[in-house]
Parts: sequence; C-alpha cells; structure tokens
Amino acid sequence: MSETYRNPLRDPLDRRLPRMAGPSALVMFGVTGDLSRKKLLPAIYDLANRGLLSPGFGLVGFARRDWAAEHFAAVVREAVEENCRTPFRTDVWQQLLEGIRFVPGELDDDEAFQTLAATLAELDRAQGTGGNHAFYLSVPPRAFDTVISQLKRHHLAGDENDRELGRWSRVVIEKPFGHDLASARELERNVSAAFESQSVFRIDHYLGKETVQNMLAFRFANELFEPIWNRTYVDHVQITMAEDIGIGGRAGYYDGIGAARDVIQNHLLQLLALTAMEEPTSFAAEQLSAEKQKVLAATRPGRDLAQDAVRGQYLAGWAGGRYVKGYLEEEGIPPDSRTETYAAIRVDIDNRRWAGVPFYLRAAKRLPRRVTEVALILKPAPHLPFARTDSSGLGSNALVMRIQPDEGIALRFGAKVPATGMELRDVTMDFGYGRSFAESSPEAYERLILDVLLGDPPLFPRPEEVESSWAILDPVLEHWADSDESPQGYDSGSWGPECARQMLARHGRVWRRP
Amino acid sequence: MIIDLPDTSAADIGQRILSARSSVGMPTGLVFTLIAVAEGCSYDEVLAASIDAGREHPSRILVVTNAPGDTRLDAQLRLGEDVPGDIISLVFHGDLVKHRASVLLPLVLPDSSVVVWWPGTAPSAPGLDPIGRLAVRRITDAMGAPDPVPALVERALHYAPGDLDLTWTRLTKWRGLLAASLDHYRAPVRAVTVSSAPRNPVGLLLAAWLDDRLGVEVTLVDDPRGIGITGVTLDTDAGEIRLTRTDGTMAAFSAPGLPRRLVALPRRDINALITEELRRLDEDAAYSATMARLAGRWRANDPGSVEETP
Repeated sequence: MSETYRNPLRDPLDRRLPRMAGPSALVMFGVTGDLSRKKLLPAIYDLANRGLLSPGFGLVGFARRDWAAEHFAAVVREAVEENCRTPFRTDVWQQLLEGIRFVPGELDDDEAFQTLAATLAELDRAQGTGGNHAFYLSVPPRAFDTVISQLKRHHLAGDENDRELGRWSRVVIEKPFGHDLASARELERNVSAAFESQSVFRIDHYLGKETVQNMLAFRFANELFEPIWNRTYVDHVQITMAEDIGIGGRAGYYDGIGAARDVIQNHLLQLLALTAMEEPTSFAAEQLSAEKQKVLAATRPGRDLAQDAVRGQYLAGWAGGRYVKGYLEEEGIPPDSRTETYAAIRVDIDNRRWAGVPFYLRAAKRLPRRVTEVALILKPAPHLPFARTDSSGLGSNALVMRIQPDEGIALRFGAKVPATGMELRDVTMDFGYGRSFAESSPEAYERLILDVLLGDPPLFPRPEEVESSWAILDPVLEHWADSDESPQGYDSGSWGPECARQMLARHGRVWRRP
Repeated sequence: MIIDLPDTSAADIGQRILSARSSVGMPTGLVFTLIAVAEGCSYDEVLAASIDAGREHPSRILVVTNAPGDTRLDAQLRLGEDVPGDIISLVFHGDLVKHRASVLLPLVLPDSSVVVWWPGTAPSAPGLDPIGRLAVRRITDAMGAPDPVPALVERALHYAPGDLDLTWTRLTKWRGLLAASLDHYRAPVRAVTVSSAPRNPVGLLLAAWLDDRLGVEVTLVDDPRGIGITGVTLDTDAGEIRLTRTDGTMAAFSAPGLPRRLVALPRRDINALITEELRRLDEDAAYSATMARLAGRWRANDPGSVEETP
C-alpha cells in the first residue's frame, strides 16, 4: 500500500467526478433517538441516492431495543421515507438494505459489544466494508465515556495493525463538548485515550451548513467587502440566534445548561470566528482551523461583566397568537431555576483589525421569530451634506449575512425618496441564495457524514477551538454563578429583557430587529 | 401569467416583460440565460425539461422553434408560472429562421452567462453556429439525433471549448463507481472491456474516457440484450473488477476477494441530466480530453468514414 499511489481514473481537473465514500460501516449508537430518525438516517439514504456511498457500505444500529434486524430495517425505512430530501427509490433502498444490521444492548453491556464486533466482522466479509468503521455517538454526553471505553476494550477503536492494513476507525461526537473548560478538557482526554486525534470528528451541524461555507466564499472570493471589513468602517457586530420555540420536551437537557452553553459557546463563537478571522492560506482543515483558533485566542469577554453580559428567562405570554408557559412553569423545571433562556454578551477581539469594535452575541428562546444572522453595523458617514430633517430617516449602513431562514446577504443603505424635496430613507438590497441557486442544498448532516467517511475534517471544530471558546465563556458563566441576581424575565414573543436593551443603549447602540 | 404576442419583435417582448414584472414581482438573481433550440424533437418535452431546470436555476429561458409561412415572429411569455424566472417561447417563421440570433441577442440577460441547448438535432459545429456563438456553453445530445453514434463522433471531430454532449453527463455515475473501485484496488489495469447495446454512444464515450485515463487496450463489445451500457470489466494483476448492469437500474459490483454487491445505477431522465449540466458553466477539461481521444480512436479505426458522417 504505497503512499504515492495515484488513481489513474482520478484527475484534479475532472471536477464532475463525485467524491464517493470508500467501503465502510457506520455504527449508530442512540439510533432510536429523534436526531437519528429525522436527520441522520434520511441523510444516509440521500447520500446513497446521490451515488456517494460505496456499494460496500454497512449501517449498524445499536440500541436498547429487542429488535430483529428486519424490524430495525423497517424502522429505518419508515424514517427515510418520512424525512428524506431526495425521492424515495426502491432500487437505492435495496442497495442500502443489504448492509443493514442491528445490535440490541445496553451501552455498558460487554456481551452486546462482543456481538457488535462480530457483526462488524461479518459485514466486512459479506458486504465488503473493508474493516473501516465509523462510530456515531448520538447519545447523551454523559454516555460518551462509557461508549468510548467499551469500543477501546473490544478492540474496535483501531490499532497499529489496522492502520498498517490501511483500515480506519473514527468516532463522531455531537455537541455539547463539555460544560466548561475543565470538563471539555476531560472529555478530550478520554476520547484521545482511545482514538487518534485525526479520527475524532466533533459535529456541530451548523458548520456543515452551506451558508457557513458561503460566508467564506463571500468574504474571500470578493474584492468589494474586504476594504471595509475592519475597525475603520465597522462600528460593531451583532451575531444573533433567535428561536421562537421554548425548551419543549428538553427540560432534562436544558436546565442547568442555558442559552450561553447551548448556543453561544459553539454556534455563535464559530460564527464570530468565521466573521472575524484573517484569510486562511487555503481551505484545508489545518489552515482554516489555524485562523479560527488565532482569532478565538484574541477574543475575550467585555471588561465589565455586570454590564456586558446579561441573561433573561421567558415568562408566560402570547407568542405568535398562542398562549405559552413561562420557563419556570415548563414541565420538569424546578421553580427556582436560574437557567437563562436569553443570553447576550459583549466580546472584544484584541487585534489590529478589530480593536475597539464590540461583538455582541445573543442567543435566546421564545423570541418573535426564528432567525440566525451576523450583522456588521457600519459607522455613520463622517459628514452629511444634508439638512438634519432630510436625513432623519437614515440609520447606519449595515451588511447582514443571514444564516437561516432564507439564507442570503442584505445590504442596507440610504436612498433618496422620490419627490421634489430631499428626503433620505434606508433601503435594503437583498440577495437570497435560494433565489439565485434554487438547487436544494444538501442537508448539513449529509455533508458531515460524507466528510466523516472520507476522513475530510475542514468543517469540524478542533479541540483547541472548543477549548478557546470555553475560555472565552467561562468568566461569564462564573460571574453568573456567583451573582445573587436571577435572570430577568421577558415576555414570550418579545425581543428579550430590558437589561439587554440597556446593555447596548449605554453605548448609544440598539439591537437590530432581525 | 401567460402572455401571447403574435407577430412581435425583440423590443416588444422586452417591454412586455418589464411591465408584466411590475405586477407579478421582479425575479432577483436570475443567474443565466438558457436558449433551448427545439429542432427535431418534441417542443412540449423541451419546454417541460426547461421549466424543470429553471426550478433549480432561476434563469431566463428562451425556447426556439421554427415554423413555415411568411416571415414573422410569434412569442409567448410565461412569468410567475411556478418557475422563478422568465420563460419565453419564440416561433420563427419564414426567412426569419436565418436571422434568429438577431432576435435572441437583445433578449439575453445582461452580464450573466448564456447556455444553448439542442435537445434534438444540432449543428455539426455548434461553436460556429450563429446561436451557438452567443453562448459560453453549448449543450448537445447525441441521443436526440437520428443516428446517435455518428452524431457523437462528429461532435468529437468538431469539438470547440464550451461544447458538451449530454452523453458525457449520462456517464457520471459509471465513472464515479469505476474511479471509486480503483481507489481501493490499487493494482495496475492491463485491459478493459466495455459492453453496451449496439449503436450506443454512451458506451463509446466511456471507452474513450477509460482509454484516455488508463492508456491500455479498451475493447468495445456489442451486447444486443442490454439497455445502454451493460458492463465494464477492468482486468488487473489482482483479478477482474467487474461492474455489470443488465436491467438499466441495478448494477452488480464485484472485485477480487470481495462479495458481489448491488448498487443502484439507474438511467436518468432528460430533466435530471440538463439540470445537472446547468450546475457547471465552466469548461470541462476531462470531457475535452475524452472527446479528443474519441476522435483519435475513430480516425485510427475507421479513417474512411469520417467525411461521410452526416
């Protein structure tokens, strides 16, 4: 197996040739969960339907159910038919079906893992999966350690011998990666004790979204925006992830975690990194991560945590025409819970490009609508050659990168209102990816699963990035933990608590209504 | 809304689109203009495939047909009819057939790319055709020609950058599977056999691609039972890698030391092909090299017949 082998049928110029995953088996722990049913299993089918899975592909479900393989296959089929994004075709299903297996058992049951090892060996023979195995841990974070040590104990985590034979074993874990810096480090230690660092894939499905890659293209493929992308022109940046839903049935997960840990630590700080980083030398995983890591290391929370970090909790009220419960009345939430459902923090980036430009990050539940965006608010024009009354309708110029829904770019600027007098007003120039490229972009999980099988990591956060993000957030979390105050209440269906408004008003700024 | 414009001109059409747009709403972000020349094929099928493609790629679509009679231009506009872009059907009568480009030029969108598609019969040198010259991409389909194999060969002989035949698009999945198989069996390939239905241009082009990439003897075999390509065998030092498809949907894959496995390899309809093709507006270097090889193979095998191809 020489390193210099070049497949004669592949040609870098032949870009039409699909990136196809090699022979491999994907083992899914927690296969009966919501995420598997709604996203992961349909994504696997869609990959097969697009012709991106090898004929030698196997899918092994592992769960605490007394199911036969046929029953599991029926469950998979149902999930696929319900949620797949490409048309359901029986021939493609037939191809997948040949490689579907099921292993019943508990995560700490040695016998079940022996069965799993035997099942994988059988798949390697019958289906030709080539000894390549990916383990997808769609289980609660507290179970990570158990599964990983079980994999290690049953020789499924790959060793020298496997590597020599060109076989791989990879593990996929989902956020949250710990709940603070110390726990993130511990998780990292446990995972890396069993798997090599390049074999660990941390999934933050946000990073698999097309738009995050669109952001890279937008910033680095154009000449138009780079000149203003700095402290000379940008007044401040607002990064928002608003959800209109409450915590739903996730009380057990959410209480004690809160908006900052759930969303800011991963999604919003990754969006900040992509917005603020310097141009990477290339889009290779190494280079991209180096730039993200560099900017995250230069990022710190605001100096005055009492004023630069605020939190809120939603109250009962009418949201979008429906009466909804307050956070403390949700089932399973202790009446004295101080978990925040709204978090807004200011962070600063200490480097030449961004010194003095605050980045405001907010994440919340039960806001008026679901939206994720990054907005660069520009400074006012140095001089306006208009009477003050003429320009009273004029706000700051803004460049908004909408992540969801209706992914796109909006540019807000002033224009003259048609009339004999001079009157200025803000208008918006809007570009929607969906309008220019109606081609349905692949589901984030499709791309991520394919990348895991190909061993291609650019869209996955690295442990250093995870740790840097916690290092930014830890002081805020500690400040809140030590504080006597409870999160301020805000009406469900409103844009958040009064303290958040004040946080910006103090500096003469306002939150955008996204 | 559908607007009929009998006996009209390019300027009239442009005007009507503008005023219609102010009532149904402007499409923003149309990314290119597609000109479909429906000659020797069904207008309805071309229109359906164009609308399908327009759904994925919001664009201005100009469907061109010819009709006998006095010199005249008839047009029909479709706006906001469950497609994001504009669809303009143009019927050229009489002498105007010789001057179609003069109508099309004012109607193509500013700045963005223009693609011409001939689903049926196409000019022998698309790059020199007056309509073809308006475009950066010229898509032909040998399968739409009365005699597909000579049509494909002719296009190989007259290849110009920007030309593309949908025969190539039909090959993508086959090529993907074959390339993937050599990712894992790293033995040098000694010889190749491609079998396909007789007079099938897809098999012919696949053979040319394998010849170009591998530089070994590639034999093309007629398989009268099959639909399209029925099988490819790569003969390597380790044994045979074989991909066979007898029913036009499921293929069987086998390789040395491995179980035989099934893989879905369905033939795709024209809507799927043109939609895939419109995803890429850049020059396809692999296609260009394959067409050069196809021309070379043809000259070597059959030097006498080149001039006689229609």
